[in-house]
Amino acid sequence: MHEMSLCEGVLTVLEDSAKTQGFKKVKKVWLEIGVLSGVEHEAMLFSYEVVVRGSVADGSTLEIIELPAQAWCMQCMNEVVITGRGEPCPSCDSYQLQISSGDELRIKEMEVE
Amino acid sequence: MCTVCGCSEGETTIEGAAHSHAHDHEHSHDHAHSHEEHEHHHHDAKTHDYGQGPAHAHAPGLSQSRMVQIEQDILGKNNAYANENRSYFAEHGILALNLVSSPGSGKTTLLTKSLTDLQDELLLSVIEGDQQTANDADRIRETGVKALQINTGKGCHLDAHMVGHAMEPLAPEDKSVLFIENVGNLVCPAAFDLGEAHKVAILSVTEGEDKPLKYPDMFFAADLMILNKIDLLPYLDFDVEKCMAYARRVNPTIKIIQVSATTGEGMEAWYQWIKATHQLAMIGYQPKLEEVAKAKAA
Repeated sequence: MHEMSLCEGVLTVLEDSAKTQGFKKVKKVWLEIGVLSGVEHEAMLFSYEVVVRGSVADGSTLEIIELPAQAWCMQCMNEVVITGRGEPCPSCDSYQLQISSGDELRIKEMEVE
Repeated sequence: MCTVCGCSEGETTIEGAAHSHAHDHEHSHDHAHSHEEHEHHHHDAKTHDYGQGPAHAHAPGLSQSRMVQIEQDILGKNNAYANENRSYFAEHGILALNLVSSPGSGKTTLLTKSLTDLQDELLLSVIEGDQQTANDADRIRETGVKALQINTGKGCHLDAHMVGHAMEPLAPEDKSVLFIENVGNLVCPAAFDLGEAHKVAILSVTEGEDKPLKYPDMFFAADLMILNKIDLLPYLDFDVEKCMAYARRVNPTIKIIQVSATTGEGMEAWYQWIKATHQLAMIGYQPKLEEVAKAKAA
């Protein structure tokens, strides 16, 4: 359940930008979350609702944009898309992969007023 | 999370750290909302009509809603604290190791055995992370090594901020080894950098050999895997080769040491690893001028 801490991290960023950018209410937040980041989407949505209660983002909606994971396959000498750690290359079944993306945990943008 | 210094509200307690501030933030809700008056902007809308109000590009004051691009890392704050810890460790020549495992892998037993065997050769200290009780810190102190308990309350992991706050009361010596025993959990601590040099994952042979595949994030994040309780192998149906292959599948560069903390078998390899990484941590360490002067005078 570290999603709760992650949501607290999101809220901190929202509250900080409310101060610096001068808005009073957050209506919607878009997160970019990589498939290898170890985040459970359902838990994230649930925690978010609880964490933002009574804050500048009270009642706002959270949208999660899932980012794929890419790896360099040393056998194929090619960039491939994988769905999890410990999984083989989808085209040659080799485990010799160098993962290059997929662990993103980013707040992309938000709608405010 | 408290916005004063970023610490989680109420639940976390650090032994000996007089760190408290009131968490009575007031929230007023007296601003007017008028949701019906304007159209909401949707990302998947077929038409983007910027004339109605909210849009990515807008003139200030013309619309109520607006889009703000943030592009910030959610763990940014934790990572900033972790970087502070990392520079603190580097400055003081401290090797910090983050020990992670599931509950019951024999982490504390492995640690007490290591402390007993190493305390004549190395300066040591321990941060103990548990949800509740100071039992483990008490066990550590029985070895004669100083320890500090952090209770995370409902939290499932230590974070860099807690570790940073522990530095003052614990005061690890320069050129020492600091063991951070994380909360027993193979999921959450993987995401939180504490500023440590290495994560060390401890897995016991009484658990499933496929744990590296079940919890790949942790075994990916770890640089060393310790396979504990190998004295029990004759009584178990645990395939060591398979387990090691699984671990290397998620992390091709992971190092693996097989030990039994109770019989002492294999422990020498673990100690060699600690001493070697400790040497690496001390590269670039420069004692403060006043300490050099003090040493010369003595």
